[in-house]
Amino acid sequence: MSEPIKTDVVIIGAGPIGLFAVFELGLLDMKAHLIDILDKIGGQCAELYPEKPIYDIPGVPFTSAQGLVDSLLEQIKPFGAQYHLNEMVESVERIGDPLFRVRTDQGTEFESKIVVIAAGGGSFQPKRPPIPGIEPYEGKSVFYAVRKMESFRGKRVLIVGGGDSALDWTLNLAPLASHLTLLHRRSEFRAAPDSVNKMMALVGDGKIDFVLGQVAALKGNDGQISEAIVKTNDGSTFDIACDVMLPFFGLTMKLGPVAKWGFELKNNELIPVNTENFETSVPGIFAVGDINWYPGKLKLILSGFHEVALMAQKAYRYCYPDKRLVFQYTTSSTSLQKKLGVSPPPPPQPVKV
Amino acid sequence: MVKITYIDNEGTARTVEGEVGATVMETAIKHGVPGIEAECGGACACSTCHVYIEEEWREKVGEPSPMEEDMLDFAFEVKPSSRLSCQIKVRQDLDGLTVRTPERQA
Repeated sequence: MSEPIKTDVVIIGAGPIGLFAVFELGLLDMKAHLIDILDKIGGQCAELYPEKPIYDIPGVPFTSAQGLVDSLLEQIKPFGAQYHLNEMVESVERIGDPLFRVRTDQGTEFESKIVVIAAGGGSFQPKRPPIPGIEPYEGKSVFYAVRKMESFRGKRVLIVGGGDSALDWTLNLAPLASHLTLLHRRSEFRAAPDSVNKMMALVGDGKIDFVLGQVAALKGNDGQISEAIVKTNDGSTFDIACDVMLPFFGLTMKLGPVAKWGFELKNNELIPVNTENFETSVPGIFAVGDINWYPGKLKLILSGFHEVALMAQKAYRYCYPDKRLVFQYTTSSTSLQKKLGVSPPPPPQPVKV
Repeated sequence: MVKITYIDNEGTARTVEGEVGATVMETAIKHGVPGIEAECGGACACSTCHVYIEEEWREKVGEPSPMEEDMLDFAFEVKPSSRLSCQIKVRQDLDGLTVRTPERQA
């Protein structure tokens, strides 16, 4: 096993609050590594609703969710945070006072002075359709993601859904599959119009089938699917013969391994913190943003921004126990401005009258 | 106050009082009614507050918007009576509204 990555802070979750934590920690000279299960930075904002508007960021009358993520990335650039995407934190173990060993499902290991949980609603995982008896097929002939396109060559592929994932994989797998069927519950699509047009062209050329309906049951043996039983909107059923099925119903958030790290959870899903510094019941582990709970908690991005500022003050005492923390403003502190890589405009020259 | 009844997948009915202006989703969460998850908190950005509107209420409740229809693609066993409960505001004339929750939200 390779050496663990040594750092001041591990931040679990690269959503807006995790990103702004980098800023507040960075101003106080703490370096951070961020870990996120998604393949991109931005959490819910980037994954669930990148184009939706946000109107309640102080001083920003309007932005899109992705726009906010992009702005935050620009704002935290000076602090050189490192990102570990497509990784889920599996364990957080206390090995010092405080010092933590953090491990991900990809085998990455960290030794971190403090841990900040900014995991929002939990980790994103593909939605599993509630088709009775689907479990034995999962991972054998029913897949929620495409890892290797080649493994679908020559197969009869059934893709279910009407969003970008369903349409993108329809277009990408159509040349490889021996036969491809796209199944969706209606004739409108959420996917990019360009993808929809390309898909319709393939249907027009007789290269793929597009079918309206929803999967009600599966037939097969030993995890190998042979047919999907499809219910149409008028209630009748028919079969689609296939070797693999790829359902794309988006992602859902599950608390995941956090539930096993020994916190007394509120309502089984939120981590209680104190409102002085947003530390959990475990000294050195903080929880900020949507995943924490305290009396009066509001799940707002602006609340999370406030929380990370206070968190950083306490984090500093763990990372620099012997140093005195001097409170400073970015407006006037030349040392903070140096960290940000900015120089303020020179004072105005006196005007002669 | 407006009475709203949620019938779960097993047929258990729970009637709670909703405030005018709140959503049918918020009313369920506030009263701890099971069967509605509302992961995104009401932003019409997921589909985990999916409900079926009882036939006699469908006209009064109305049809989903195109944005809501898009989100319903992520739901399971979508029927013509499917709605996302975060997009239904409690109104005085919905007193007695009955909705059914699906077997699973996610």
